Amino acid sequence: MVHLTINGQVVQANDGEMLLDVIKRMGIDIPAICQHDAVEPFGSCRLCTVEITKADWDGWKNYVTSCLYPVADGLIVNTHSETVNEIRKTLLDLYLARHPNSLFVRKLAAEHGVTKTSYEEIPDGDDCILCGLCTRICERMGFSAISTVGRGHSKEVAPPLKEAPPDCVGCLACAQCCPTGHIKFSEEGASRSIWGKQFEKIACSKCGKLTITKEFADSLSETRNIPREYFDVCDDCRRKEIALTMGRLAQWSREEETV
Amino acid sequence: MRIDKPAQLTKLRKELVAVEKKHTKKIMICCGPGCLANGAAKIVEEFRKVLKKKHIRGFKIEALKETGCHGFCERGPLVIIEPRGTFYTKVKPKDVEEIINESIRKDETVERLLYDDPSNGHKIERYNDIPFYSHQQRIALRNLGHIDQYKIEDYIVADGYNALVKALTKMKPDEIIAEVTTSGLRGRGGAGFSTGRKWATCAKAEDTPHYVICNGDEGDPGAFMDRSIMEGDPHSVLEGMIIAAYAVGAHEGYIYVREEYPLAIENLKLAIHQATEYGFLGENILGSGFSLTLNVSRGGGAFVCGESSALMKSVAGEVGEPRAKYVRSVLKGFHDKPTVLNNVETYANIPVIIDKGGEWFAGIGTPGSSGTKAFSLVGKVRNTGLIEVPMGTKLREIIYDIGGGILDNRPFKAVQTGGPSGGCLPEEKLDLPVDFDTLTEAYSMMGSGGMIVMDDHTCVVDLAKYFLAFLVEESCGKCVPCREGLFQLHAMVKKISEGQGIEEDIEKMEKLSDVIIKSSLCGLGKSGPNPFLSTVRYFRDEYLAHIRDKKCPAKVCRELIRFDIIADKCDGCTACLSACAFDAITGKKNEVHVIDQDKCTKCGACEAVCTRNAIEVS
Repeated sequence: MVHLTINGQVVQANDGEMLLDVIKRMGIDIPAICQHDAVEPFGSCRLCTVEITKADWDGWKNYVTSCLYPVADGLIVNTHSETVNEIRKTLLDLYLARHPNSLFVRKLAAEHGVTKTSYEEIPDGDDCILCGLCTRICERMGFSAISTVGRGHSKEVAPPLKEAPPDCVGCLACAQCCPTGHIKFSEEGASRSIWGKQFEKIACSKCGKLTITKEFADSLSETRNIPREYFDVCDDCRRKEIALTMGRLAQWSREEETV
Repeated sequence: MRIDKPAQLTKLRKELVAVEKKHTKKIMICCGPGCLANGAAKIVEEFRKVLKKKHIRGFKIEALKETGCHGFCERGPLVIIEPRGTFYTKVKPKDVEEIINESIRKDETVERLLYDDPSNGHKIERYNDIPFYSHQQRIALRNLGHIDQYKIEDYIVADGYNALVKALTKMKPDEIIAEVTTSGLRGRGGAGFSTGRKWATCAKAEDTPHYVICNGDEGDPGAFMDRSIMEGDPHSVLEGMIIAAYAVGAHEGYIYVREEYPLAIENLKLAIHQATEYGFLGENILGSGFSLTLNVSRGGGAFVCGESSALMKSVAGEVGEPRAKYVRSVLKGFHDKPTVLNNVETYANIPVIIDKGGEWFAGIGTPGSSGTKAFSLVGKVRNTGLIEVPMGTKLREIIYDIGGGILDNRPFKAVQTGGPSGGCLPEEKLDLPVDFDTLTEAYSMMGSGGMIVMDDHTCVVDLAKYFLAFLVEESCGKCVPCREGLFQLHAMVKKISEGQGIEEDIEKMEKLSDVIIKSSLCGLGKSGPNPFLSTVRYFRDEYLAHIRDKKCPAKVCRELIRFDIIADKCDGCTACLSACAFDAITGKKNEVHVIDQDKCTKCGACEAVCTRNAIEVS
């Protein structure tokens, strides 16, 4: 257990926790758009930057991303100092120059007082803010079907060779966690399409409801050692089945007692 | 032959020295990057051919040596006749026979191939008497140019692996670390962190295994110190690494070399093979019980992979992107295990420190920065090449005494140290003693040792634009301030260079730079705005000239200059007309020519070919 001061308030935190966890727990609102609980902190958006110092640092201050900075005893943190606000504002200004058409970016920037970029705007800038959530979640799921390609200003998220990714199972994790809605997919009947690849969804053998894609089921069955038939029935029907079994068991035990 | 006991190495060295001593004369041909590019391979071939044909009594072909970079690249290809040290410059294959006749058969010299001092035109025979060499002190580059780069035996003759024997048999790991700490050696890769302290932290780390890695990803434009060491004296790097591994308890190590250095990769692999055969690497080194394997890992040539955490990811086969180093890589590095990462030059210094002692090394240089530093001296100086000087040597000494001053006696304008993210120092800083701290105080940095000298024909706005473009291109693109911030900074410098800037831009750029420095993830971003900041600090007037007067004082920025033909000087030779690739020049033979400003792209081709100085740039 460590003690630190955040915005003048002394708080307790667990060893190994990151600053951002504590800041969030205190209800302090700072943006952190490349952060997601399902994946390790990454530190690419830099928006969660905070000012830190310690009593014995002789007034020296450092600027660190709170998502990656481990809590430490005696740390004095300021989440909204003048410099921090300036950093955040400038970063959002830069975001706005690159993604002038993104509603997500425009809203977030406006919340921090930036409504128009002061830099050279990229008029046809897309919505991908390169937070890397999609590629990290894909890796976390065990697929690594997409990755970032290239470097610097021309870096982008794409499948290998920009062709339909062979390792994609159509789980949609990437699209679900994309903060700007940049990753597009379409669903029509039993078919799903994402990253230029077509998938067929499984229909429940009992009620006919569409569930996950066949590729996803195959992969889960193989990597998690689950029988493939498990995925033939949808969750609702399985729940119903279990409920019925439980009911029968209860009935049976009551009958046993009365005898 | 495997060496299991120190005594065996002593015996072997004696035998090898005896063989070397039999050569009354030796021909050293520099096969460093510069000389090779100028045709050194052909010279080697020619020497072999002529020597085979002529058969000279007392001269064995083993006395012909292909050495690493001798340093004086500007005068290459170089051939040196030892032991006299006769120094032949700009040698061509047709000169070979004459050199053999005069210098090998007889004790004469080929006068016309000797170095002529530009200050007085005198010929100087021996390289030690040439100012370029006499002002240097070589430790890391000690063997370059003096041993055959392909032969471990030559390295052994030069007292190679002596330090390893001493370290493994007479010293405990903490004694080695203490010796390195005493030496005051600071990392030669740029940051200048104490090598001894780094090793001590790694050695103490409880987590295992430990690793040693060598950073050979030299990415600064114009820098070739590490390349020359890896190519010309690979065993000095290996020996330094083996000692480091023993000191910190590592049994596995990697040398990360960029793909653009094929000869370095080849020579290092050969050296590892030779060292393993002799028992300096592998299992039970020198019978000490200590084992180490070293591997060469090839990088794809991304500048950012010279950054420690990106480098380690790249070695591990992942994408070379830096991570936040709030936990240092010496504790959580390669595969998240304690890792010592040092630069090529740092490792090359280690054997000498162990051999001669830390006190000796600490006595060289300045109190805060001990020892010597290798620089690649390039740009508009007379003597370009690879040099090594004690820390604390003044910039003026490096540029004027060793470098021989500015080309064509033009005025000095600035010197860029520390690579693209280093800084640009003006004339008033020429008396600055060069070491880690003084350079940082002058808002530049040591970096890995690139030194680019510029004359008054260099525009600092153009320079900043060039380096920023390099950094925008080489940014890994992971974090926003570096990816987007440097992009915008470059765009604004570009605007100024085109005469489209406004005065408020400078303040805006300074503010943006401050945010980039404070909020970037790794060193590349944190030092990224330096090309702009250091030039605007020392040459603000030049920026203002571009903005207020729409003029480029150095006459470089294309949008702000025009080319004209001075009618009085033009004799209508048509040279410029044929040189212009854009048909912008018209005129009949023997008549005055004219440049069509609408078609002119300001490439300067006409100016380069005009022998009458009739092209005016304004």
